Amino acid sequence: MGNLESALFNIGYLETLAYQQTPLHRLDPRVKLLTTLVFIVAVVSFGKYEITGLLPFVIYPVVLIAVGNLPPGYLAKKVLLAAPFAFFIGIFNPLLDRAVLVHLGPLAISGGWVSFASIMLRFTLTVSAGFILIAGTGLNAVCLALDRLGAPRSFVLQLLFLYRYIFVLTDEALRLARARALRSFQGRGMGFKVFTYMIGQLLLRTLDRARRIHLAMLSRGFDGEIHLLRPLHLHGRDVVFFLGWSGLFALMRWYNLSDQLGRLVTELFQ
Amino acid sequence: MHMADALISPAVGGTMWAATAGLTVYSAKKLKAEADEHLVPLMGVLGAFVFAAQMLNFTIPATGSSGHLGGGMILAILLGPYAGFLVMASVLTIQALFFADGGLLALGCNIFNLGFFPCFIAYPFIYKKIAGDQPTRGRILLGAMTSAIIGLQLGAFGVVLETLFSGISELPFASFVLLMQPIHLAIGIVEGLITAAVVSFVWKVHPETLTLAKASASAPGHSHKPLLVGLALFALAAGGMLSWFASTHPDGLEWSIKAVSGKEELEASKAGVHGVLASLQEKLSFLPDYDFKKPVGEKEVKADEDKEGKAGEEKSWPEVSAGKSLAGVLGAALTLLLAGAIGFGLRRYYAR
Repeated sequence: MGNLESALFNIGYLETLAYQQTPLHRLDPRVKLLTTLVFIVAVVSFGKYEITGLLPFVIYPVVLIAVGNLPPGYLAKKVLLAAPFAFFIGIFNPLLDRAVLVHLGPLAISGGWVSFASIMLRFTLTVSAGFILIAGTGLNAVCLALDRLGAPRSFVLQLLFLYRYIFVLTDEALRLARARALRSFQGRGMGFKVFTYMIGQLLLRTLDRARRIHLAMLSRGFDGEIHLLRPLHLHGRDVVFFLGWSGLFALMRWYNLSDQLGRLVTELFQ
Repeated sequence: MHMADALISPAVGGTMWAATAGLTVYSAKKLKAEADEHLVPLMGVLGAFVFAAQMLNFTIPATGSSGHLGGGMILAILLGPYAGFLVMASVLTIQALFFADGGLLALGCNIFNLGFFPCFIAYPFIYKKIAGDQPTRGRILLGAMTSAIIGLQLGAFGVVLETLFSGISELPFASFVLLMQPIHLAIGIVEGLITAAVVSFVWKVHPETLTLAKASASAPGHSHKPLLVGLALFALAAGGMLSWFASTHPDGLEWSIKAVSGKEELEASKAGVHGVLASLQEKLSFLPDYDFKKPVGEKEVKADEDKEGKAGEEKSWPEVSAGKSLAGVLGAALTLLLAGAIGFGLRRYYAR
C-alpha cells in the first residue's frame, strides 16, 4: 500500500523539519499562524484576472524557506502533488471564458487562460504558505497557538490525539493490508466484502487501543494541558515579524509592485 | 476532494470560517456538558481510523474505478453529533496542514460541507429517526444509506454555492450543479453501504458502542432547537432558490400604479428630505432590487427599456441569478437575526 507508507513518511518528515533551530522556528507560533492567515487572505482577495499583482507575494515563501532552512525541492514536490485539486476545477475556465482579454504580440490570450493562471498561482502561494507553517512550527506548537488564540480546548486536544494516533493506526492498517496481500497472492483489487471486514477489524482494534492509551495517559498524569519545551512568550521580534509582513502584504495588495518595477526599468532605458 | 484556497474569495472564506468556528465552539461546549471523559481519546483514535480508512481504496466492480470512505456518517453514528463534528474538523485540519488537501482559508468551507451536513442534519433528522432506537440490520442499512446520500448531496451543493459566490471559477451554476450532484449521488450510495456495513458489524460484535452515541446526544427534553434549525434551513432554501421563481411581473402595487400612471414606480421629488433619503438609500443598499448592483450604464439602459413599455425581451423565468440568491439568503439571515434579537429582547424585558 504505497499510499499509506508515503503518507506516514510525509507527515513524519514534515515534523522532523519542525525540530530545527533557526530564527524562523524560534518565533512565537501564534504570530506565524496569524501571518500565514493574513498572507492567504491577501492573496485570495485579488480579482480573478490578476497575475502580475500576485507575483511579489512570492517573496514570503522564499524568505521563510531560506531563513527556516527548509528543503525547497521537497516542498515544491508536495505542492505539485496537491495541484490536481485546483487544476481540475480551474481548467474549466479556459473552456468557458473565451473572450480575448490581452494580446501578447501576435498571440491573443483569452480571459479563461488568464484566470486559470491566476488560480494556479494563488494555489501555489497559499499551499506553500501552509506547508511552511507546519514545517517551520510543528503541529504541537500550532495547536498551542490555536489554544491560546481561543480555539476550544477539546478541539485542540482532539487535533493532538489525532496526530498521535495517525501513526499508530496507519501502522495497523498497513499490517492488515500487507497480511491480506500476502495471503491472497497479490490478488488484484479488494472485494467489497473483504474491505468491510477489514474496516470493521480496524475499527475494533482502534476502540480497544483507545481505552488502553487513555488509561496509560491518565496513569502518567495527563490532565488536558499541552506542554512545550519552549514556553510561549511574545517577544519584540515576534511583533515586528507580524506587523512587518502584514504591512508588506497590504502594500503589495494595493500597489502592483511588479508593474511599478517594470515601469521603472523601462523608464531608465528610455 | 476538498475546496482549495485558489477558488475562494475572502468574503466566502471568512463567512464560512465564522460559521465553522461558531459550530466548533458550540460542539465543544455541548461535549463538555454531556459526554464522559473517556470519549476524548476515543475521538482521537476514531479520527485516525477515518484518516487511515480513507487511504484504503477498494475497487468498485464493473466500473474499473476505486472509491474510499468519507467517514462523516460513521463518526456521527458512533460518537454523536458534537464529538463527530469535532473529529471530522480535526481530520480535515490535518489533511489541510500536511497534505494541502483543501486550503487553510477554505478549511472553514470544507469543515462545514463535510462535517455540518452529516453530523447536524443527516444524523439527527434522518439516521436517528430511522435507526436510532431500535437498530436492526435493515433499519441500519436504510438509515445509513439515506443519511449518507442526503448528507453528501447537501455537502456537494454547499461546494457549488461557495464556488459560485466567490466568483473566481467560471463554472456556471447550472452546469456545475449538474456535474456535482450526480457524482455525489453515486459516492453517497457507496458511502451509505460502507457505513451500514461497518455499523452493523460493530452492532453485532460490540453493541455498547452504539449506545455511546445515544448517551452523549442531548437529553430528550422539550427542545425548540430542531424546529429552529428546520425553520432556518427553510429560510435559507427559500431565500437561496425559491427567490428565482419569484415572478418577474410587477407586484400588485406596481401593477396598479402602472395602470394609472403608465410607470411602475412613482418618481419622488429629488429635493428636500426625499432626495436626501433616496440618495442615502441608494448608497446603503448593497443588493438593490434584490440583485447585485448593476453598473451605471446598464441601469440607464434598463430605464429606457421600461419607458418603451418592454419592447425588448421579457425577463427569463426562473430568473436564476447569483445576486438574487445572495440577496435572498442574506435577507433571510438578517431577518432571522432581527427576529431573534427582538424575541430575546422581549424575553429579557418580561422576565424582570
